[in-house]
Amino acid sequence: MKKIMTALILMGMAASAVAQITEVPSNNGGVESLRGSAELNITRGADKHKRVIKDREPLQRNYVHQPPIIPHQVRGYKVNLNANKCLSCHGWKYARETGATKVSPTHFETRDGMTLSDVSPRRYFCMQCHVPQVDGKPLVGNDFKAVDSLTQN
Amino acid sequence: MNILKKIWQTLSTPSKAGVGIVLALGFTGGVVFWGGFNTALSLTNTEEFCTGCHEMADNVYQEYRETIHYSNRSGVRATCPDCHVPKDWTHKIIRKIAASKEVWGMLTGIIDTREKFQDHRKSMAMREWKRMKGNDSRECRNCHNFEYMDFSEQGSRSVKMHSSALASGEKTCIDCHKGIAHELPDMKGVEGWH
Repeated sequence: MKKIMTALILMGMAASAVAQITEVPSNNGGVESLRGSAELNITRGADKHKRVIKDREPLQRNYVHQPPIIPHQVRGYKVNLNANKCLSCHGWKYARETGATKVSPTHFETRDGMTLSDVSPRRYFCMQCHVPQVDGKPLVGNDFKAVDSLTQN
Repeated sequence: MNILKKIWQTLSTPSKAGVGIVLALGFTGGVVFWGGFNTALSLTNTEEFCTGCHEMADNVYQEYRETIHYSNRSGVRATCPDCHVPKDWTHKIIRKIAASKEVWGMLTGIIDTREKFQDHRKSMAMREWKRMKGNDSRECRNCHNFEYMDFSEQGSRSVKMHSSALASGEKTCIDCHKGIAHELPDMKGVEGWH
């Protein structure tokens, strides 16, 4: 009998301890982030999906050596060990036929500056640098202007 | 001699009731067999049937679930047989007979692990691409009818290709749209791929 009682008491204590853990008060101290204000113990609802901008002309670059951004949708385009969908148009073999921008010769170079006969493995994964654009609004204001030499009319 | 004549007469002039019964039996038998055949044919032409084997359920089906032919804004879907089994009768039967080889493959377990599947992916994909190229992407065109494509609604890249190569018949759907529903194998040496 005594054993059962002790077991019950212990279980009760454990249960109340668990309950206490879940009831830890949360206070973000009034901090607001760019995503709005949210308490730590509350999961904030996700933002709406942004829509990827559909086909358009190549977008202007803002600084020298900026990787050009992708002015079209890339849903389902596979770039992996087996295949590279980007190079089916942007590869030198197909660029003339498809009217796509050719891959820059810098992509054929190894890190030691040796030129290879094909796209270098370190430049193979296009979307590490080149990304499509969405219709999202900037979170903070920005008055950055491209240098004059890059500004297209 | 008489007996022979009698037998011949019995055999050559069946009674009216006999003709009726034979016709009725033949008719119901025909209905049952043809109905059963068609039912079996349509039962084996469903996504449930195709994904009944783990070879399909664990490999190609999972890959397909991430693509636009499985889930999209309007909820119109293309299931396995929509692309892989022809709609018209003759071609359907030919494909169905060819598919009996796939049953044999399942029984012998030629792709019963992920590794085996990956090893065979290229040859299987090439076979399907060859079939689609050979019939001018007939199964694609069951839904995607070139005659009714509105170029003004397409992206500029699509218009460029569709109005030239596809319109002239020089290229067919599968020439460019490979790997739209399943993972691609090693594309080395495949035309149009790097």
